[in-house]
Amino acid sequence: MKALEINRLEKTYGNGFQALKGIDLDVDEGDFFALLGPNGAGKSTTIGIITSLVTKTAGSVRILGLDSGTHATEIKARLGIVPQEVNFSLFETCLNILLNQAGYYGIGRKQANARAEKYLKQLGLWERRNQISRTLSGGLKRRLMIARALIHEPELLLLDEPTAGVDVELRRSTWDFLREINRNGTTIVLTTHYLEEAESLCRKIAIIDKGSIIEYGHKKDLLAKLHSETFILDLASPIEKLPDMPFLDIRQIDPMTLEVVINREQNANAVFEMLSEHWIIVSSMRNKTNRLEELFIRLLDDNGPENKGQHEGQHAS
Amino acid sequence: MPPERLFIAYRTIITKEITRFMRIWSQTILPAAISMALYFIIFGNLIGPRIGVMGGFSYMEFIAPGIIMMSIINNAYSNVSSSFFGARFQRHIEEMLVAPIPYWVILAGYISGGVLRGLIVGLIVTVIAMFFIGLPSIYSPFIVISIVILTSVLFSLGGFLNGMFANNFDDISIIPTFVLTPLIYLGGVFYSIDLLPDIWQSISLANPILYMVNAFRYGILGVSDIGIHVAFIIILLFILALSSLSLYLLHRGTGIKT
Repeated sequence: MKALEINRLEKTYGNGFQALKGIDLDVDEGDFFALLGPNGAGKSTTIGIITSLVTKTAGSVRILGLDSGTHATEIKARLGIVPQEVNFSLFETCLNILLNQAGYYGIGRKQANARAEKYLKQLGLWERRNQISRTLSGGLKRRLMIARALIHEPELLLLDEPTAGVDVELRRSTWDFLREINRNGTTIVLTTHYLEEAESLCRKIAIIDKGSIIEYGHKKDLLAKLHSETFILDLASPIEKLPDMPFLDIRQIDPMTLEVVINREQNANAVFEMLSEHWIIVSSMRNKTNRLEELFIRLLDDNGPENKGQHEGQHAS
Repeated sequence: MPPERLFIAYRTIITKEITRFMRIWSQTILPAAISMALYFIIFGNLIGPRIGVMGGFSYMEFIAPGIIMMSIINNAYSNVSSSFFGARFQRHIEEMLVAPIPYWVILAGYISGGVLRGLIVGLIVTVIAMFFIGLPSIYSPFIVISIVILTSVLFSLGGFLNGMFANNFDDISIIPTFVLTPLIYLGGVFYSIDLLPDIWQSISLANPILYMVNAFRYGILGVSDIGIHVAFIIILLFILALSSLSLYLLHRGTGIKT
């Protein structure tokens, strides 16, 4: 059974802006799925329609085999959502936020307390359970929203930019936690700006741009479409000027650093040999960006020149 | 959702509402107690003896039911309007919207919160009134209790609709300032409409608050400017209309969905 089936989904807002132009999307049960796209591409609108917070203009959404139009209540009981922006009461304690959410799902106080303790501990918030939520850091607020989304133990979890603005350490531990709950059977759909996050966590990826899905498939199949990678080479000793090398797509960044594009057909050893012929010794090398980011940027550029520069803020960190 | 789960959801919303208005008691409970005490001191104690008897009772006794009702109306209304708008503003209304709670349970939860605050404030103002008029003998406890509850429900529904349509914090004070307060003051809280010229008596009969104040006064003192049955029918009709409208708008997603 599919966890999520979206067919010809359209959304036009009151001001005439067409946020979704008939998208199709399938997510298998147990999958860890990423929906990527630049700002305003339609990611949050899609999540909003799935969670019934945004009304669709046309198309259909089936969640866990149920039609969202006719089985909204059953779907809500099996769906968890971590929204992009903080949406809990800022005047309540962390524990109360979870207990209230459990109450909205009709979960009794005893079971709610046990689950709240479990998820607050797993997400490192148990010591802060009596802290007023507005005093939490941005990263901990996002973790609290993850705990809240899990309080009714949903089968499908939607995460809309769950680690935006979160420091690296907290982000990595959040990834570990998400991997674990996915291993335990929860299907996860993630939207993110951090392409490293999608590459690290997800098995299937869809890229949405201007309300249309422009790429969709298994991560490894998508990455196989990447014909070249850009590397940064750190040199052992400085060079004044880069010698002419007609067979290499290479440029000098500074006396100690070069940037080289290596095609899939090319051999990295051949590149090093060419450089050493000119007495240029490489001490280390690294990817300029992660591979998914490179693919993402190329696809967006192919989808329209107005995208150029819009996704510069998208980065792996 | 099975009934026991619905009840847990309903209880959660009420508990949250009570916790909210008790946490900020200095903004929700105390001002009503102070301002109503001032009404008793100024209108009842200082001006009242010069006015003399009204409707067969001292002026202080005559205005006490109206002042209690005024505090109930204001607090039931403002509790729901500010709480529901606050939930929309902070977006934690989404916590309920993504959960499998029927809209009528959400509405019932907020309305119950408004009713409870109205009752608590009404009780406090009643205790304050007793300092001025002594222990009142209640003419009809049934009418008193039913009118208080029905009026609280009605104005909680009004507050809910205000909270639903408000776009900013100014919007939730416009209706109380420009509609509710004039209607309350012109609703026979401080005078009997028998004192008004005929034309103004007729105009006053179009004010729904007049019926609530008078029905409540009738329950306590046994005197009223209007028929009690008419008061009950009008209140129940308003409740039916506003609750239907609220549920319709919730289903439509007004103010809560994009």
